[in-house]
Amino acid sequence: MGSSSPVVVLRDAVVLVSGFPLLSGANLELAAGSLTVVTGANGAGKTSLLRLLGGLAALSSGTGEVSGIDLRSGDLRELRRRVGWLGHEGSFYDDLSAEENLVFAAKALERPLGEIPTVLERVGLASRASTAARQLSAGQRRRLGLAWLLLRRPELWLLDEPYASLDDEGRTFFDQLIGDVVRSGATVVVSAHDPLRSSALTPRTLTLAGGLVVEDRS
Amino acid sequence: MIRIALLVAAKDLRIERRSRVLLWQVLPFGVMALVLCGLALGPQHAGHSSAGPGLFYLVMLLVALLVINRSQVIEGSPGTKASVATLGLDPAGVFLGKALALMVELWLMGVVLLAGSVLLLHTALVGTLSALPSVLVTLAALGAAGALYGALSGGGQGPATLLPVLSFPAFAPLLIAGERSFSAALYGGALWQWWVISLVALAAYVAIGILLYGVLEES
Repeated sequence: MGSSSPVVVLRDAVVLVSGFPLLSGANLELAAGSLTVVTGANGAGKTSLLRLLGGLAALSSGTGEVSGIDLRSGDLRELRRRVGWLGHEGSFYDDLSAEENLVFAAKALERPLGEIPTVLERVGLASRASTAARQLSAGQRRRLGLAWLLLRRPELWLLDEPYASLDDEGRTFFDQLIGDVVRSGATVVVSAHDPLRSSALTPRTLTLAGGLVVEDRS
Repeated sequence: MIRIALLVAAKDLRIERRSRVLLWQVLPFGVMALVLCGLALGPQHAGHSSAGPGLFYLVMLLVALLVINRSQVIEGSPGTKASVATLGLDPAGVFLGKALALMVELWLMGVVLLAGSVLLLHTALVGTLSALPSVLVTLAALGAAGALYGALSGGGQGPATLLPVLSFPAFAPLLIAGERSFSAALYGGALWQWWVISLVALAAYVAIGILLYGVLEES
């Protein structure tokens, strides 16, 4: 585990979209190197919270700081470079192959292309490297999203419902990889309908309802 | 900025080469539109009408709207947008890359449709060839404006009808300048002044895009 200094601090954070509050006054502190699972019903504000933490949604009122960057006045582009996002919709270009998607990300970040085969091997997609992303199964697409993040090595991992439509093997693989990432010192926030199943992981669990944190279990 | 521009342009062109949407959908649409224009003129008038340059640019406009929309749609899924946003790409580089890819695609379409206009609208071959440089500049300006207005119209997520409505004031002067210079190449007249208008428009849209694309992305 990493240090206990907070990497995320939110005070009365409100996110409005078209006047509707998706987050309505969330208070939160997350320690660096921690694993947090955000649960809640559909529309509770899980994705909005993750988007806010990633600099992908604007803070309408309240205060917030992620990785030392103020969510109101800080450089959100710099914040986005420090976070990794894995959405449940797919995170890449469908007409490019798995490898081409990773080459694009590596070149954009000026990372060595030599890491790509290792990353594909790690997520079990080495044999599908030249397959177009649109032809991958839901689980394989999720693994490709993870490969994208492994290549990027972000400080803060934001995983939006990564278990959706995954089989048991896929869930176990995700749990193992999340454990490895947390042990390496990165901070991970996962939104999920269900708690993590791996007994090796002991996440803090936040429950959201109506855009508010209503329960906090460590 | 240039590194990101080349990276984005190469990615867009690779996606188009792979998906073949331009080759099997947009280009046939453009050729069919030219055929319809030739039929509308009728066999008696097709070889003698001065409408050829205008009809060529009308078809190019329709093709350009499809190409621009396609350029935005490939970025449009929420997951892709979020993931690419977390790469922290320089927005000026992204704009230049999208504009460059659009220019290449429009040039390829333009060359094929120019050949089509010689065959179907009977524009003179020598005059059409001498109009080629001005057509390429006009289509480059259309590509730069298209990258800007494509993002303005919602980045592939806005209503499909928004792009033509929003872009009309920007595209109309370009098409007029292009049509005038094409006509001047075919029938004689002031070619260079229309060329200059297209060049100035190209420079202006590139400059505006470099300055404003980041703001459009954020909004």
